[in-house]
Amino acid sequence: MRRREFLELPAKSLGGLLVYTLAREPFRVQAQDGMVRVPLRFFTAAEGRVIRTACERIFPGDESGPGATEAGVVIYIDRQLAGPYGRDKYRYTKGPWVDSVPEHGYQGKATPREIYRQGIRLLGDFPALPASGQDEKLRAIEKTPFFQMLRRHTIEGMFSDPLHGGNAEMIGWQLIGYPGPRMSYREEIGRNPGEAWRRKPVSLADVVGHPVAGQEDEKD
Amino acid sequence: MQRPKPVDVAIAGGGWVGLALAHEITSRSSLSVLVLERGPGRGLKDYAADMDELDYTLRYRMMHSLADETVTHRHSPRQSAVPVRQYGSFNVGTGVGGSGEHWTGLSYRFLPDQFRLATALADKHGRARLPAGLAVQDWGVTYEELEPLYWRAEQMMGVGGKAGNLGGRIVEGGNPFEGPRSHEYPNPPHRRTFLTSLFAKAARELGYHPFSSPAATLSQTYRNPDGITRSGCAYCGYCSRYGCMIGAKAQPTNTLLPLLVKHDRFELRTGCQVRRVVHRQGRAEALAYVDSAGVEVEQPASIVIVGSWTLNNSRLLLMSRIGERYDPASGKGTLGRNLTHQVGNATPIFLDQPLNAFMGAGGLGVTLADFDGDSGLDPAFGILRGGHIRANSFGEGPITSFGRFPPGETDSTWGSAWKKAALKWWDHGAAITCEAEHLAWRQNFVDLDPVYTDKFGDPLVRLTLDWTDHERRQAAMAAKVQESLAKAMGARLGGGPARVGEHYSVVNYQSSHVCGGAIMGASPETSVVNPWLQHWRMPNLWVVGASAFPQNSSANPTLTVLALAYRAAGALVDRYLKHPGPLA
Repeated sequence: MRRREFLELPAKSLGGLLVYTLAREPFRVQAQDGMVRVPLRFFTAAEGRVIRTACERIFPGDESGPGATEAGVVIYIDRQLAGPYGRDKYRYTKGPWVDSVPEHGYQGKATPREIYRQGIRLLGDFPALPASGQDEKLRAIEKTPFFQMLRRHTIEGMFSDPLHGGNAEMIGWQLIGYPGPRMSYREEIGRNPGEAWRRKPVSLADVVGHPVAGQEDEKD
Repeated sequence: MQRPKPVDVAIAGGGWVGLALAHEITSRSSLSVLVLERGPGRGLKDYAADMDELDYTLRYRMMHSLADETVTHRHSPRQSAVPVRQYGSFNVGTGVGGSGEHWTGLSYRFLPDQFRLATALADKHGRARLPAGLAVQDWGVTYEELEPLYWRAEQMMGVGGKAGNLGGRIVEGGNPFEGPRSHEYPNPPHRRTFLTSLFAKAARELGYHPFSSPAATLSQTYRNPDGITRSGCAYCGYCSRYGCMIGAKAQPTNTLLPLLVKHDRFELRTGCQVRRVVHRQGRAEALAYVDSAGVEVEQPASIVIVGSWTLNNSRLLLMSRIGERYDPASGKGTLGRNLTHQVGNATPIFLDQPLNAFMGAGGLGVTLADFDGDSGLDPAFGILRGGHIRANSFGEGPITSFGRFPPGETDSTWGSAWKKAALKWWDHGAAITCEAEHLAWRQNFVDLDPVYTDKFGDPLVRLTLDWTDHERRQAAMAAKVQESLAKAMGARLGGGPARVGEHYSVVNYQSSHVCGGAIMGASPETSVVNPWLQHWRMPNLWVVGASAFPQNSSANPTLTVLALAYRAAGALVDRYLKHPGPLA
């Protein structure tokens, strides 16, 4: 049994603090004090801080709206890596392992968990660097499978249903104007062509009326 | 090894093919039918909470686990193949209903000349002038023979569309290039969206003939001839790669299964992986499978039907040593030949207005067939067959639609500038796509991989498949048409022209329409099954599915697969049961 690790995040940065506006200009309405301790499933606290910082450079909170920290992307990634996806439960993982042409895609043996652990080593004491130094470091590893996976996961953590641990308070959906999964657009589809249909988002749990478990919570 | 009590008919695979045949046979004869399905049972309740892009679109929750079984691929017979380790160029379903649960629902008929393509190309170009290595064949069945069966399949699913050719009369608004239809579609087409209206208008301005894509997602509440009532599509957008939570998309579990479960002569066993067709002296005797508890079972049957995932039909015959393996060097042997996929390309476009692209349905779109078959081919490209050009409002999710913007915004793929550009253009991007016919070539085939195995230790099916210059030129021609349409729509182009790569890639999604391997035809010298899908050398064995396509059309395969399943069932019940033996 692993020792319980927590990631400490400032409460004011974690979702829930934005109001939705039709002009797509989310802004902070109140700031909670203190820190939130989020239990980690895969990362150590130090690893969590590295990934959180790197995700924030990939999808920064800035003048165009909130980013990876507010959405809790690191929590999303932590849960994915702890679950079946992280250990390649559904990938074909029989040998022999051979390198092949790019048309055959990723043929490596390393699982997403292993790719992250190797990548985190590459990043070193990442949070201690100034932002410009962090960007420089990421640019240097842009072509690695680790960075490409991290970038993909950051987007997933911004915009997947909050049931997966990211997109806290549907902050990512508010940012782009996605209304969440909805049972029906029978009345709306094809009407008012060329006009944006935007509503305060709903989550899958809101729609079905009960919590929904993601693949990451699957029992073996 | 368990040996249960014999059944009359044992079917490997519980998708469209297996359940359509089971329904035809149980309702038209007194035979008992057993369907063996490798995956779990599925139904409406399983789809009630599936509107989750991450698990379903990106983690392939409806698909067969590649950890258990995948395919291997190589570009030429000189190479060793490597396994497809994660999903890419096509998806493979599992569970009751098979890929018919997660499919898109596009339900075009094939062009009449597709069924006699070898003859048509020879008539047009002269046999001697066709490219070396071309392996297209006639199907041994005609469009006219399939027409009533197409009509039955359209009624069963409730396809919505607009006829363009009613008994030879060309009808405004439909597809004027289609074969003659005996009836108007059972349902009207879907409503159009901003994107599809704009696309249709641009196409008309350019002198083309856009029509609403025929879709098996209902455009209104519909009761089919079997008495099954389903509600109209709600355009939730969670469609392709998802099971329909309201049953508007025709799926085997909401059209056929409800009828079958009432039959006491029908049995469905799930979690049962068929591994061999047991045969002796030219007769199939049983299906050997492993059940969900890991028990090996040999199920005796008088008639065996192989109706599993396309390439697994060939694989099962190969592993069971039924028929002669195809040898691309000599051209001899029939089992495994004529592997085809589809030639898909997409030209990204951007519009100034928002699209609300999260609303939609897999089959909601507009198509033009002005470049399909041998229509409208630009001589500059020197191609034999074209394809459909389409725009679809298929229902985009927030993850996969984020990060697109036209060239010139920024070169970054992350960070503030990238984020800003992606936010600015979110919900403004779409694509004009093409699915072109994939002609059969002598060098493209399937056999068994000598190295890689599935979870039972059985060899994986090996694809030897590469693009030829013909496919690259098909895509180049499509891109030219797509660009002119984009311009007429007032759209910006989203980057370089959409091409088919130098080599076939298992990474880029093409379509899930891999075909061939156990093809049908008029002669046992060049095909595995006869024109009734009966095995040429084993009369009580039937092999049904897109595995029978001698080459692939530009249209989606399901409707034609269903028509062939009806044809096989009809021949089995009406002719074979009276005189068991070869039908051809």
